[in-house]
Amino acid sequence: MNLNDQSVAAQATIRVFMIIAIFLCLAPFVHIFALSLSSNSAILSGKVSLLPVDFNLSAYKQVLGDASMIRSLLYSIVLTVSYTLFALLMTIAAAFPLSKDKLKGRKQMMVLIIVTMFFSGGPIPEYMLVKELGLTNTMWSLILPILINPFFLMIMITFFRAIPTALLEASEMDGAGHLRSLLQIVLPMSLPVLATIGLFYAVGRWNGFMDSLYYITDPKQFPIQLKLYQIVQNSMTNDTTITEGTQYIKILPESIKSASIMLATAPILLVYPWLQRYFIAGSQVGAVKE
Amino acid sequence: MRLNWQLYMLLALPLSFFIIFRYGSMYGVIIAFKEYNIFQGVMKSPWSGLDTFRQIFAMDNFWNSLKNTFLLNFLDLIVSFPAPILLALNLNELRLSLFKRFAQTVLYLPHFISWVIIGGIVYQVFATNNGFLNEMLGALGIGPIPFLTNPGTWLITYLLVGVWQSAGWGTIIYLAAITSINPELYEAAAMDGATRIRRMWNITLPGIAPTIILMLIIKVGDIVQIGFDRPYVLGNASVGDTSRVLSTFVYQLGMTSGQFSMAAAVGLFQSVVGLVFLFGANALARRWTGRGIF
Repeated sequence: MNLNDQSVAAQATIRVFMIIAIFLCLAPFVHIFALSLSSNSAILSGKVSLLPVDFNLSAYKQVLGDASMIRSLLYSIVLTVSYTLFALLMTIAAAFPLSKDKLKGRKQMMVLIIVTMFFSGGPIPEYMLVKELGLTNTMWSLILPILINPFFLMIMITFFRAIPTALLEASEMDGAGHLRSLLQIVLPMSLPVLATIGLFYAVGRWNGFMDSLYYITDPKQFPIQLKLYQIVQNSMTNDTTITEGTQYIKILPESIKSASIMLATAPILLVYPWLQRYFIAGSQVGAVKE
Repeated sequence: MRLNWQLYMLLALPLSFFIIFRYGSMYGVIIAFKEYNIFQGVMKSPWSGLDTFRQIFAMDNFWNSLKNTFLLNFLDLIVSFPAPILLALNLNELRLSLFKRFAQTVLYLPHFISWVIIGGIVYQVFATNNGFLNEMLGALGIGPIPFLTNPGTWLITYLLVGVWQSAGWGTIIYLAAITSINPELYEAAAMDGATRIRRMWNITLPGIAPTIILMLIIKVGDIVQIGFDRPYVLGNASVGDTSRVLSTFVYQLGMTSGQFSMAAAVGLFQSVVGLVFLFGANALARRWTGRGIF
């Protein structure tokens, strides 16, 4: 009886602890959401905590009326979709041959790839390479240098190797080439791992910031993170005006900043709950790095 | 062996990618040993031996960024490392599976938010004037506290934001380790009348101890590696001497000051020291847990 009471008390404590953790996780988002829907006077007088005060949509209207913001959002959408497509195709193209033990030169190629997991030139030599190839200020600079993530490649190779060779040999017996068995047998069987890796590529690209800071200087080509960084920076340079191209933009009100943050987060927030099982599946397939 | 040309054809583009972009940039490292001149390019710039390294070793900001890299990573290890273990132990004890699933969904979320967005949120929530946190503390008669502009408090903000971002996602590996614990152990303990806390302490924790040790070794191996986005986005001019780390120093030196050779040398230094730590950690892991990190 005594033990049971203790157990009930323990379960209650654990639940309270978890509820606090959940609250701390969500509160910042809720606060920013509330700011984005409040009037600036309410924000400046410190009235807004978790609920909007003087509810209005003018911040969103202004942000969505800003051509440079829309351009950055669209740019990031096009970039993320193209990158994910290219990266996934290239990862498959590398993983399928490398999953075959009999392939001549397989070991040497694996070594070539694994070395890149431990050592890289670093950001400056990478920048100079991208520059010498004439890719700076093009979308290719944000696609090509990170085309294949070797960690994801290793995960995909492991997955492909687990497909029974008997299945593949049977199809090749029928005179079908490797390409046909890849398209007709391997890929249909690998949809979960393709979805997981594709999602990690997409999230990584949407959230990526550092490479655009190095490679993109033309405001017309700013992905959303770079654009947002500029807006966030603005909050640290209060009471000044900042030049962007030829335009002068005044210091941005808090509600506008919050609305911009919400818009940049929205795609992740919309996609996340539905695809969460893939995220988790992916993290268990292997050590997924960032 | 028939039709193997199809396999090699598939490999052509991916291998070109690795050779051009991964190895091509490794080749570019030679500018650390040259006096790089934009007009002459990588090939034709004159060799300078180890001069560049002598120059960076004479820079205060280099040592400052190295020290901060170790400091931030070390404090991160102390503050952020236990958080996912604590969360995982508690998540594991939740009996309502719906609540557990909801908790996991929410706790994993920050991992998928970019540092630029987190930085934006942080600058709103932690601001000295009008920030959410300072408004709340003000209502209790505390503050305002300069969370972002004083080096000491900035460090605390940096660490707490790190916990917020990574604790939830970090539970996954521990939850996976917990599921592999033999359930008979729990049944036997329940028979003996062990309380929930005792079972957590005497069964779950020892059960995941190998995973904890392995994760700790991996973190130690990565102690020279530091992401760019987090210190760069959270840092600002008033805390420059605390937020300057190797990755942001390389950016500032190369892209802002145009000292490409010196910036590449700092990057190379970081890579090499990083490798030493990584292999050291791997040797440790072999010794203590019987299997390496890689």
